Amino acid sequence: MLGFTSKQLIGVGIFLFMIFIGVPLIIGATGRWDFYFTLTSVALLAIASAGVWLTFYIGRINIGQGAFALIGAYVSAILVVKAGWSFWISLPAAGLFAAIVAILIGLPILRLRGVYFAMITLVLTQVVTLTALALPITNGAKGISNIPLPSGISLFGIPILPDFAGMENTKLAFYYTACVIMILTYAALYRLVNSRLGHLCRSMQQNEELASSIGVNISYIRIVIFAISSFFGGLGGAMFGSIAQSVYPSSFQVADSVNFMLNCFLGGLGYVFGPMLGTLVLYFGWDLLFEFGKYQMLIYSTVLILIIRFLPNGLLSIRIGKGGDK
Amino acid sequence: MSPLLQVKNVTKKYGGLTANNAISFDVAENEILSVIGPNGAGKSTLFKMIASFTPTTSGEVIYQGERISNLKPHIVARKGVVRTFQETTIFKSMTVRESVVVAQHLRAKASLAGYFWGSKTAKDDVTAFEKYADELLEFLGMSEIAGEQASNLPQGSLRALGIAIGLATDPKVLLLDEPFAGMNHDETMNMVNLVRSVRDERGVTVMLVEHDMPAVMNISDRIVVLNFGEKIAEGTPSEIQNNEKVIEAYLGSVDDEIGM
Ligand SMILES: Nc1ncnc2c1ncn2[C@@H]1O[C@H](COP(=O)(O)OP(=O)(O)OP(=O)(O)O)[C@@H](O)[C@H]1O
Ligand SMILES: [Mg+2]
Repeated sequence: MLGFTSKQLIGVGIFLFMIFIGVPLIIGATGRWDFYFTLTSVALLAIASAGVWLTFYIGRINIGQGAFALIGAYVSAILVVKAGWSFWISLPAAGLFAAIVAILIGLPILRLRGVYFAMITLVLTQVVTLTALALPITNGAKGISNIPLPSGISLFGIPILPDFAGMENTKLAFYYTACVIMILTYAALYRLVNSRLGHLCRSMQQNEELASSIGVNISYIRIVIFAISSFFGGLGGAMFGSIAQSVYPSSFQVADSVNFMLNCFLGGLGYVFGPMLGTLVLYFGWDLLFEFGKYQMLIYSTVLILIIRFLPNGLLSIRIGKGGDK
Repeated sequence: MSPLLQVKNVTKKYGGLTANNAISFDVAENEILSVIGPNGAGKSTLFKMIASFTPTTSGEVIYQGERISNLKPHIVARKGVVRTFQETTIFKSMTVRESVVVAQHLRAKASLAGYFWGSKTAKDDVTAFEKYADELLEFLGMSEIAGEQASNLPQGSLRALGIAIGLATDPKVLLLDEPFAGMNHDETMNMVNLVRSVRDERGVTVMLVEHDMPAVMNISDRIVVLNFGEKIAEGTPSEIQNNEKVIEAYLGSVDDEIGM
């Protein structure tokens, strides 16, 4: 079905069961309601990381995803608070806006390769932060707070999405929303990577000159991929703003951009689902090390370096018997 | 009959260095034309300009009545003029078959979105690409290594893979930059026959740069000789072998090498 093997389908089934039924059951039984927030964050960060992974797929190191997440968060907040849009419409709008910005920025910088491209993207997050501080519409350092919860949507009188403000358990609702968007993101990514566009990306990643000699319009594909990547960043950022009900210039920082990249490294650049796993492990890993107080950063960095040193292809490369996702 | 491809007064300057100086010659349809000359003569530079990998400083390249110099490489490839590289240039972590499949990108009928959603046209494309890849590899005698990862191949097969990738784009004109480099005598002879059958059976016009003189003399219909960026001779293999200037250029460079 859909070009999947039965083994893959079972894997996907177990995964979906776990996040939609298993996790709520466990949280209900243990009473650790705070886990909803944690897992929602992981899902949203995984969406943004998926974008970073995609730019890796055309051979570009992207340390600028925080910039697009911040753009997405602001666009959604402004549309909801100042223009009175429904959050659900502002969400794709935020993604699209981030994608358009990516096209404008990408046109000049995507020609750069290797460390040059990486350095420029590293600066982007700071540029967006400074812009948010300076512009009147973003409210400077005060940011935008008191963003209303997502309102319900109905089409021809039939409710499609519920009104979050009228809900008792918004945590669960946000968790489900984030998971659904994450799954859609990764499904799209999986399709893309396994379609011809993915093959062309791989050809570019391995040899841009040869790719253009076989007729691949490399500058066009670079732009398309960077736009999709930033769309994911904008989407994740917009969801974040809505959950936190606020967005500040410091909501996403250079460190976040670096983490998005590390998530990809950790999970594995060769695997579509690498960034998802990477995000989960990195997020929980950092929290677990909290006990070590001032040594937290030291241990964290050491472990990361060791992992990257000994598992250059990421955590997913240790699976024995390659069962599925590529 | 007007020539398929015309090189007209093409000049390339890198700063103060003139890599190609007002080079002109014609290429007829279905011929095998070699460009030879000592190291640094400007052969690769000429090929790069024909395939629009680098712009000309002046002059132009005309293909089927249209200027193809100073465009983008992928546009020239779409028109049917495709180059292979002097260095081994391959997709390292693809298998031989995958490389040849991806290189058929130009034949795609479905849009990128069609591939994403898995449209009927896209599926037909994929089937056709795979079928043609197998045919092509069979034709090139590479069927046994179809499943090998490119990075694991020996030098000789890498060259063949480079040619396979070029051929998969379905070119009208194929520019081969030193296709026999790093091959032993038998491999070279094999490859010479192969290049000839590419022309005979697939109607591909072939231009090649090569240092292996016996192979060049064997395979070429005509030869263009460059020296220090100048075209010093053009003619059939026997004409070139007896050309004073050519002998001088080659002996001259030998003299330099042995320090006389
Ligand atoms: N990108 C470049 N920038 C500056 N000079 C260059 C460049 N490419 C080539 N050249 C110079 O142009 C001249 C011609 O180089 P080219 O590569 O065309 O020679 P060639 O005939 O292919 O030699 P070989 O047989 O060694 O491959 C050389 O002197 C080379 O150093
Ligand atoms: Mg050369």
